Amino acid sequence: MTIYLPIAELPVAMFTLFALGAAVGFVSGMFGVGGGFLMTPLLLFIGVPPAVAVASVSTHMAASSFSGALSYFRKGMVDLPLSGVMLAGGLTGTVAGVAVFTLLRALGQVDLVIGLSYVTLLSTLGLLMLSESLRAMARARSGRPAMVRRPGTRAWFLRMPLKMRFRRSRIYVSLIPVVGLGFIIGFLGALLGIGGGFMLVPALIYMLRVPTQTAIGTSLVLTLVTMCVATILQATVNGTVDAVLALILMIGGTMGAQFGARAGQGMRAEHLRLLLGLLVLGVGLRVGYDMVRTPPDLFDVTVQEQRGSPPPKAEPKS
Amino acid sequence: MSALLRRHMGALAVLLMLAGLSAPAAAERLVLSVSQDHVRITSNFTGAELVLFGVVEDAVTGPYDVALTVRGPGETAVTWRKSRVLGLWINTQSRTFLDVPSYLAIATSRPATAIAAPDVLRREQIGLERNMFVQRVGPDFADVVADDPYRAAFLRLKGAEGLYDEQPDGVRFLSATAFRATFQVPGRARTGTYEVSAQLFRDGQVVGRASTRFLIQKAGFEAQTAGFAEHHGLLYGLAVALGALAVGFIANLLFRRD
Repeated sequence: MTIYLPIAELPVAMFTLFALGAAVGFVSGMFGVGGGFLMTPLLLFIGVPPAVAVASVSTHMAASSFSGALSYFRKGMVDLPLSGVMLAGGLTGTVAGVAVFTLLRALGQVDLVIGLSYVTLLSTLGLLMLSESLRAMARARSGRPAMVRRPGTRAWFLRMPLKMRFRRSRIYVSLIPVVGLGFIIGFLGALLGIGGGFMLVPALIYMLRVPTQTAIGTSLVLTLVTMCVATILQATVNGTVDAVLALILMIGGTMGAQFGARAGQGMRAEHLRLLLGLLVLGVGLRVGYDMVRTPPDLFDVTVQEQRGSPPPKAEPKS
Repeated sequence: MSALLRRHMGALAVLLMLAGLSAPAAAERLVLSVSQDHVRITSNFTGAELVLFGVVEDAVTGPYDVALTVRGPGETAVTWRKSRVLGLWINTQSRTFLDVPSYLAIATSRPATAIAAPDVLRREQIGLERNMFVQRVGPDFADVVADDPYRAAFLRLKGAEGLYDEQPDGVRFLSATAFRATFQVPGRARTGTYEVSAQLFRDGQVVGRASTRFLIQKAGFEAQTAGFAEHHGLLYGLAVALGALAVGFIANLLFRRD
């Protein structure tokens, strides 16, 4: 059964979209990430224009992160002041990201920039997660206890001025890296159609030393707000949010996430991180391979301006 | 064939030619009709098939040839060529095609080259190869030779999407003066006004013209959504964002485990 997407202006198989949402939802439920980094490339693959894919995935992420954030909020695992400070940077980043996206589209280099960013980000993060989880597994095998927090040493960027205490996260740090982190996440989110949770959670844990559960809850709140703002901005500036597309993805995604979460609970944390690392690295390498191999078609057509009526036919010159 | 008849035929031809000269406004009239003048896009739209009917009125003598061209809403398209830079394939060179039809389909009763001389076909823009695609070339605007790689790639890519098509035997004569042709409009075709133009040929010359148009429009829910998104972007964005929050909230309630 096909359904016509009103903004993307193309018919797609509804089941394919639903299955796509469910599959990505399963992954995101299992690993506790948003899954935008998987969803956007998959949508491009089924023919959705990049602008519509990026904008509609933002909407999908707003729904899934709200669902997750509510659970963490009930458990008291959200540091609202911390997410508030990060939002100051995050929202600026979102606005900048939408603007850069619009500019790149005019220059015809959206594919290149998105592709390169994906390769760099995903390969780096994938490798980091992979090596970290392998080390954790080796530690577990040799029987030594895992290090939870490195004591004492505090990085230089946490000692910058404008310090503030965040009670729930039990940290006392400078606001500058917090706002900067928010900016980067917001910028990449709007530009690449990724929620950034898979970058923000490790950054909060390893750089700011926020407890793991609080880091996830706080990151979900940040994703929620930036994705809501990205949806509204994309709808206003570019007119590229497809409500029908987003709705089908959301329904598939939220259902898939429940099964994913159940599957994830039966697994060891370092095994989960190993799998996620492999997945992230795999997506990064795949995108990289597409950029390096000789494309099947060297040419590509993009549409710049559209009119409502046919072009005036040139008068026959006789 | 007897010599007498042949002489008569010659005389008839001369007579007809004289008639043609004395009445330069062709006697034939072309009437065109499209099966659907309003294609509605609803949620299960996957494309449309349009049938065009035509009749030659006041036909003098055959045989006739017909060329039909359907042109969709205009757009400015950029054709990019990738080349290898530092091992990566990236878009490096481009040509901008100004105000070209987003949909272009041609049907002729015989292969175009058999209907008329190249200069006539070129003037009438019959066939993908002879349709004008204006490019910006430096400070100038011009079409380029048919085997220009960018032009060829543009036609090939649009053709692969089902948006550009040529049917050399697409016009079927049902009788000596009535004909029909079928056009496929794919699901990804743009909305807007589509123009159909027809040329009637006799002996390689255009003796009649006709045109008609049809509209492809979103209808029902699709139209409301698209219209809302276009005219009230901010409200639409707010509504979609709120909708997303509602879905998230419901999902959280449904699957709550505590």
